[in-house]
Amino acid sequence: MGRKTNFSNIALGFGLVFLYLPMFILVIYSFNASRLVTVWAGFSTKWYGELFKDDQLIDAVLTSLEIAVCAATAAVILGTMSAYLLNRFGKFRGRTLFSSMITAPLVMPDVIIGLSLLLMFVSLSTSIGWPEDRGMLTILIAHITFCTAYSTVVISSRLREMDVSIEEAAMDLGASPLKTFFVITIPTIAPALASAWLLSFTLSLDDLVISSFVSGPGSTTLPMVVFSSVRLGVSPKVNALATLMILCVSLAAFIAWWLARRADRAQRDAYQIMERDQ
Amino acid sequence: MMLRKLQASSCHELQADLGRRAVIGIPFLWLLLFFFIPFIIVLKISFAYTEIAIPPYSDLLEYADEAVTIVLNFGNYLFLADDPLYLSAYLGSLEVAFFGTLWCLLLGYPMAYAMARAPRKWQSALMIAVLLPSWTSFLIRIYAWMGILRNNGLLNNFLMWLGVIDQPLIILNTNVAVYIGLVYAYLPFMVLPIYANLVKLDHSLIEAAQDLGARPVECFFRITLPLSKSGIIAGSMLVFIPAVGEVVIPQLLGGPETLMIGKILWQEFFNNRDWPVASALAMVMLLILLVPIVFFNNSRQKELGGDS
Repeated sequence: MGRKTNFSNIALGFGLVFLYLPMFILVIYSFNASRLVTVWAGFSTKWYGELFKDDQLIDAVLTSLEIAVCAATAAVILGTMSAYLLNRFGKFRGRTLFSSMITAPLVMPDVIIGLSLLLMFVSLSTSIGWPEDRGMLTILIAHITFCTAYSTVVISSRLREMDVSIEEAAMDLGASPLKTFFVITIPTIAPALASAWLLSFTLSLDDLVISSFVSGPGSTTLPMVVFSSVRLGVSPKVNALATLMILCVSLAAFIAWWLARRADRAQRDAYQIMERDQ
Repeated sequence: MMLRKLQASSCHELQADLGRRAVIGIPFLWLLLFFFIPFIIVLKISFAYTEIAIPPYSDLLEYADEAVTIVLNFGNYLFLADDPLYLSAYLGSLEVAFFGTLWCLLLGYPMAYAMARAPRKWQSALMIAVLLPSWTSFLIRIYAWMGILRNNGLLNNFLMWLGVIDQPLIILNTNVAVYIGLVYAYLPFMVLPIYANLVKLDHSLIEAAQDLGARPVECFFRITLPLSKSGIIAGSMLVFIPAVGEVVIPQLLGGPETLMIGKILWQEFFNNRDWPVASALAMVMLLILLVPIVFFNNSRQKELGGDS
């Protein structure tokens, strides 16, 4: 079977070009001097300058970042608990319901999640008076909920690979489950926690549909601003904004990948030392 | 010594029991409150009357003559059944999601196959390369296609420069653009589960088949393809289910011919402010998706929870 030019390799090449070309074009055209998006009129960074003059946009970026940091942190904590109880606790009452509630948000259409959470908040506020207003808090709760599902999947796969005998050894030597968890389990799954945090962070930063449902008049996130300007058509300013967003995400993804690779290497080295000592 | 150890262990057991309850309780209650109960509220409001009030729907429970009566309004569902717009939007969504998934599979399977066959040192880099676009903003990726597919966009300019066409092709705001956007946005979700499956495939089975005289094509259809079934199912569900409820792609790339239920629900809610009808639309959509979602959950459960 030819390795270089068979059908599947051509498909892979085509697929990768298909995935990257549109973003590449977007980045190039963000440096276009012309207001007309499709006519090239020389190199310019003026659209980036205009971005920083847009107060509404800066506000939205800050709101989004604040929500994303809080949502990712809470989601990693809840996700670690969920992953731990799914992998280490065996059978407990309500396990099936719980694991369904963890996996369903991964595929549930955003419109359904957004609508149901909004109606929940409205019902709560008419019956018990909380939350008083919809805004950052309600967006945050919504984001924590779907990010927890993704975090659980990422952390769970690491917990499953982890050698349980190390935890058992610590407990045999008298460490409490809590201490074992913090001294043994957490450091071992730390790279997965980092990637779960970064994944949750980007998911929260990116969410448009759910945020639109549960937000109030005072709080506008970045995707909501982008969506309302994109609906009017293509503009060089949005291209510049998009380029900055692509840059940030690539950086975050690179860090996540680097952390995971470093952890793998460290583990491999540790095993090699163990084998040598034996 | 023994006694101390015994005391310590019973103390730990008590602590462990409390800890166990907290670890189960906190995420459980969170998901119950913010994921499960909201669906019941949607169900409840789908039976309410639309009212011009805050919130814009009636209460199901009425207190009259010292008795509580439950007023259920099936009108919202009858309304959906009555208006052909909604039926064609559901069918339209299913059609677009089905063919979108099929296109993703046709492009994604060979990609995953090539990745699994690539030299080992390349595999993790290829995986990152496929995954990276799905980390960048969904909205931005769809927006990028608006600039490419427009009448005076890059694709048309390029084709006219080549001399293939002399009139710009109308692609943006048609279903073709919706399909391009769907495949573009969801391709990584198709490739990765199939790749994860193919990379675990036992190569000796294929060698055995070849030794016994099977041609490569026969080998693929009788061994590789059936063995990667679970990857294909997982990938297809990850694409199909969200695609049915897609809002952003039909709004930005689709046109008036694109009838999709997510878009209709969005308009019903934000433009018409008809919350009960929007709830009924969501309930019917959930009912349609229930079978694939349960299917997906069952396939995930094996991976999530180990063997228990």
